[in-house]
Amino acid sequence: MVNLKINDMDVMAEEGQTVLEACQFYGIDVPTLCYNEGLSPYGGCRLCVVEIGEGRSAKLVTSCTYPVSEGLVVRTRTRRVDRARRMVIELLLARCHTSKTLQDLASQYGVEKVRFSLKNDDCILCGLCVRMCKEQMMADAIGFVDRGKDMKITTPYNAKSDVCRRCGGCMYICPVCSARCQGPDTKDALCNGCLNMQPTCLESYDDAQCFMSEGNCGTCVREKAKEGGNKGV
Amino acid sequence: MMKIRDTSELEKYRKNVLEHRDAGHRWISLCVGTGCIATGAGRVAAALRRELEKANLKDVQVKETGCPGFCERGPLMVIHPQGILYQNVKPENAADIVKRTLKGGEVISELVYVDPSTDQHIELEKDIPFYSKQKRLILSNNPLVDPTSVEDYFAIGGYAALGKALGGMTPAQVIEEVKKAGLRGRGGAGFPTGVKWETTRRAHGRVKYVVCNADEGDPGAFMNRSVLEGNPHSVLEGMIIGAFAIGAREGYIYVRNEYPLAVKNATLAVQKARELGLLGTSILGSHFDFDINIVRGAGAFVCGEETALMASIEGKKGVPRQRPPFPSQEGLWGRPTNINNVETWANVPLIINKGAEWYSTIGSPSSKGTKIFALVGKIRNTGLVEVPLGTKLSDIIYGIGGGVPGERKLKAVQCGGPSGGMISAEHIDVPVDYEGLKKYGAMMGSGGLVVMDDSTCMVDIANYFLKFLLEESCGKCTTCREGIERMHELVTKITEGKATMDDLGLLEELATVVQDSTMCGLGNTAPNPVLTTLRYFRPEYEEHIKQKRCQAGVCRALITYWIDPKKCTGCGACAKKCPEEAISGRKKEAHTIDAKKCIRCGVCQATCKFGAVWRR
Amino acid sequence: MQMGETGVRERRALRPPEEPAESRIDEIIEKYGGERRWLINILFEIQTEYRYLPKKALEHLSFRMGIPLIDIYGIATFYKAFTLQPRGRHTVTVCLGTACHVRGSTGVLEELERELGICPGQTTPDQEFSLETVNCLGCCAQGPMVVVDEEYHGQMTPANVKPLLAVASKRV
Repeated sequence: MVNLKINDMDVMAEEGQTVLEACQFYGIDVPTLCYNEGLSPYGGCRLCVVEIGEGRSAKLVTSCTYPVSEGLVVRTRTRRVDRARRMVIELLLARCHTSKTLQDLASQYGVEKVRFSLKNDDCILCGLCVRMCKEQMMADAIGFVDRGKDMKITTPYNAKSDVCRRCGGCMYICPVCSARCQGPDTKDALCNGCLNMQPTCLESYDDAQCFMSEGNCGTCVREKAKEGGNKGV
Repeated sequence: MMKIRDTSELEKYRKNVLEHRDAGHRWISLCVGTGCIATGAGRVAAALRRELEKANLKDVQVKETGCPGFCERGPLMVIHPQGILYQNVKPENAADIVKRTLKGGEVISELVYVDPSTDQHIELEKDIPFYSKQKRLILSNNPLVDPTSVEDYFAIGGYAALGKALGGMTPAQVIEEVKKAGLRGRGGAGFPTGVKWETTRRAHGRVKYVVCNADEGDPGAFMNRSVLEGNPHSVLEGMIIGAFAIGAREGYIYVRNEYPLAVKNATLAVQKARELGLLGTSILGSHFDFDINIVRGAGAFVCGEETALMASIEGKKGVPRQRPPFPSQEGLWGRPTNINNVETWANVPLIINKGAEWYSTIGSPSSKGTKIFALVGKIRNTGLVEVPLGTKLSDIIYGIGGGVPGERKLKAVQCGGPSGGMISAEHIDVPVDYEGLKKYGAMMGSGGLVVMDDSTCMVDIANYFLKFLLEESCGKCTTCREGIERMHELVTKITEGKATMDDLGLLEELATVVQDSTMCGLGNTAPNPVLTTLRYFRPEYEEHIKQKRCQAGVCRALITYWIDPKKCTGCGACAKKCPEEAISGRKKEAHTIDAKKCIRCGVCQATCKFGAVWRR
Repeated sequence: MQMGETGVRERRALRPPEEPAESRIDEIIEKYGGERRWLINILFEIQTEYRYLPKKALEHLSFRMGIPLIDIYGIATFYKAFTLQPRGRHTVTVCLGTACHVRGSTGVLEELERELGICPGQTTPDQEFSLETVNCLGCCAQGPMVVVDEEYHGQMTPANVKPLLAVASKRV
């Protein structure tokens, strides 16, 4: 067991655990995109960054890959962390704004504008599908191809795969595919629908529904749909 | 070749080599590094040999050697034993050289170096200011050896350090010596080498590796190329000593694919070392076994990053991974691995031979020893320069480099490649070492110094580096992949005169986040060109945005070419060359350029013999 | 490219892209003991043999070495030294390093693009020339640098491009 500090609390974690696992154990909320408990961590989306260390040597690292160590000092919500997370969300939205997961994150972190030109891609290159295919389904049908801005996820030669078993795992795990946001009918890339409204869920429930993981509530959206205009879910 | 079985046989071998050489004999050292080959050194060598054959001068030997660094004046040759240097030698000069100099004892003044500030002819290599102002502990050996000959290396004292280390020192003593010397990694990060070796030695595990990083991807840097091409055995010797100290049995030299001659020479050197028993089992009669593999890169700048490099050696994609764990603890195949730069390894035999105390007298308090810099760009004496760390940048640029050519003024020096930063002309007196440049937001990096004058646009330079990094990013991290692309979009917008001040603000915000939250060195230093050019040349950015003007006349969208009607003779030469047929006019009458068709390629200006085409 | 070249060039015959022979691929794999760590070297040898990485070669490699095809394909597309399209008889490589850029390599590249009618990474329809770019050859003092078939040419200007291509195309 190692002793470390998270948000000024003295906590303990097992040797070999990551900072994210320690945070989740203690119920400390750290947003993730490319992380999934059942797959190996990737550290690519940069959303789960936390600030470690103190003073001049403090830096941001991805909590999903960073190992716990004795005496480590971790802070999960700081100015630096939020600034980074907001920019990551903005960059990903500019790439692919039709993901409800990203739209919810935008609302949660107060991202109110996307200042980059929209790419209208349908993939954020989080690699969950690749790892799903490789590690869970042992099929190795898809993977990362090329590098840098041309990088994409596809089959060899973009051809129909012989080894794909049509399990649907890749679609299931994809944060873009799994919950497509049809909300933004506006000019901009952001819906932020819930930001402009009172969360109607609180009229019916004791706890806010929006920020619970995998929130599929959409009561705000349903309310609007009832009023008129067919936003759908 | 007989295997050398112990340290006394080592010295016997050396004695044998020296006995077969006449110290006073005449020989010609001709640089055949890749740079000089590009300007025809190969043909010069052939021509020299032909002429010597014709003149029946059998005692004169032509030795094809490594790069001495005076690249601007290549092809270069030095006639020994006098030490006469001839520059810009062409194959046609060979007959003259043989007849007049070698036979007649005359120095051909047209081939001799002329000091541009004094107009003085300087015949001897050692008197040329470019050389005399340097401290060439490593580079001085390059022109003395044929890199394909291990005997040449022995003749200059090679492998004596290995004999000393294996013959009487313990691994711990070797490490102590390197620590005391204060050698720091020459690849850029400047981590204390001795400490890294010690950490790797102490790390858990019986199997360990040493690696030489010869991926030198920084555009404008070729220090490693010249050392690995020109004197590969010096690197090998350093690695063998290091492996002995660390307890490694296998080593890798990772050479980038774009250096085929370095790959060739390193491979040959390894072969010869094996033949002599300096690589293999029971080296020099000790219990130490060690061998080296040469691995080629495959066109990825990111593989210069140590974790990506290791992934590449393992046969995978060069995608960096997080540290910790550090390579010293968990490197190749999860085993402790010590990675050092070519130049770092080349410094090791020096330290062992002459001692840490001597070594630590050279350089500055924080940075010991000498460093090789690649001086390129708008500079008179382009080439490689070796000086003690802590030397002022102005001394390098003016004293050795000869300053900026033409009537131009120095604007800035870009240090450390795409990860580095700008030192603007006002700070040119900064001492160059690991710490000195940091306060200006720059870093020494691997040693590339790109000199820029007032015809260089800083926004264009920032754009250039972003474009480079965009293609080289591995693509894993959102902030790097998307971030660099968006920064590039914004800077391009600025060069096209389409940006607003809000865009500049967004650029700065984005640059800060990319720097803060990206995992590897490529990503988190990617914003440096932007941030440092903004820091010192902000007015230039604002001018592009507010006045839509490019002071240096580089950004295509913001410049126009026009023909001065007073100077134009109407010859029509430019119109013929114009790829867009944008120039029109009647014969013998002043021509005009249609700005809407003009793509600003500049061919018209290059063609005009009357100086009538202008750019503004 | 050898040191001390004598000026006599060997004639290289242009073979049309051929079907890779499985036996040849097996030979190359054997040379490296079938070890995963030499995968990149193996790919280089295949590319030297066939002027590119043929699909059948990669499929056979995947089968023989037990590496998923997507992994091999990923590596082949990640590293820019590899090409999945057959290269032309002559390869023209322009250096876009900083020193060459500052000395005007952009103009040289543009002239080459105009003359050949292709972009970097492409091959002319008659299979004669392939145009590539590289991010630093390490000959920064002689920039702008262009390499044609392993022969280095320094101090290139847009004006030198046409004569350079003319000389190159005469070579077989």
